[in-house]
Amino acid sequence: MSGSETFLAGAVTIALGLLCISFLVTVYRVVRGPTLPDRIVALDMLVAVALGFIAVIGIRTGITLYIDVAIALGLVGFLATVAFARFVLSRGGDREKNAAEGETAPSNPEVKL
Amino acid sequence: MHVITNYLTGILIVIGAAFALVASVGLLRLPEFYTRMHAASKAGTLGACVMLIAVAVYTDDAGIASRALAGVVFFLLTAPISAHLLAKAAYAAGYPLWEGSVHDEMPPRAADKDD
Repeated sequence: MSGSETFLAGAVTIALGLLCISFLVTVYRVVRGPTLPDRIVALDMLVAVALGFIAVIGIRTGITLYIDVAIALGLVGFLATVAFARFVLSRGGDREKNAAEGETAPSNPEVKL
Repeated sequence: MHVITNYLTGILIVIGAAFALVASVGLLRLPEFYTRMHAASKAGTLGACVMLIAVAVYTDDAGIASRALAGVVFFLLTAPISAHLLAKAAYAAGYPLWEGSVHDEMPPRAADKDD
């Protein structure tokens, strides 16, 4: 094994470790919340971390078919975030604000869909 | 040639993973939704794109490299759109800004009319 291959194997290990920490921290934010947009942003971030995992695993194993999966995953993540944004817009933020502040806040009448 | 691509790939994937880690730490530490969205949608996108570029550098197959670069372009195009949509939806739905925020250039919301 030449020096550059050893370097690449070490870099792959380090990158996988960093991505694992990143994944766990993002999952903590998904579970913790506290609001719905926080969870949506964290899920969007999970898609980015999964793309990173796919790239690193593709380099490590040489199975580059995963790149097609990465493109499809990026598309699904984008569409899911857009759909969640429409959902946030149509539902409004009253419920969580009331839960967080313990008071009744009026909803914006312009965003009723 | 392979020596150069091996070193370059290793450096790129570590940089990309470090960006993803910075984005997730920002997601953990920042005070509220709008600032967390900055961390996730900028640093997270950059991390994923740098790692896909590393695949394009590493592979010998031009088809795989072009697909990886197409994925980078696609992700760079869609991530700001989704983040912008989500931020506008959350703002319109009345999610409050952090109390430490110094400026709000958006028009006042119905929920903020009283201050």
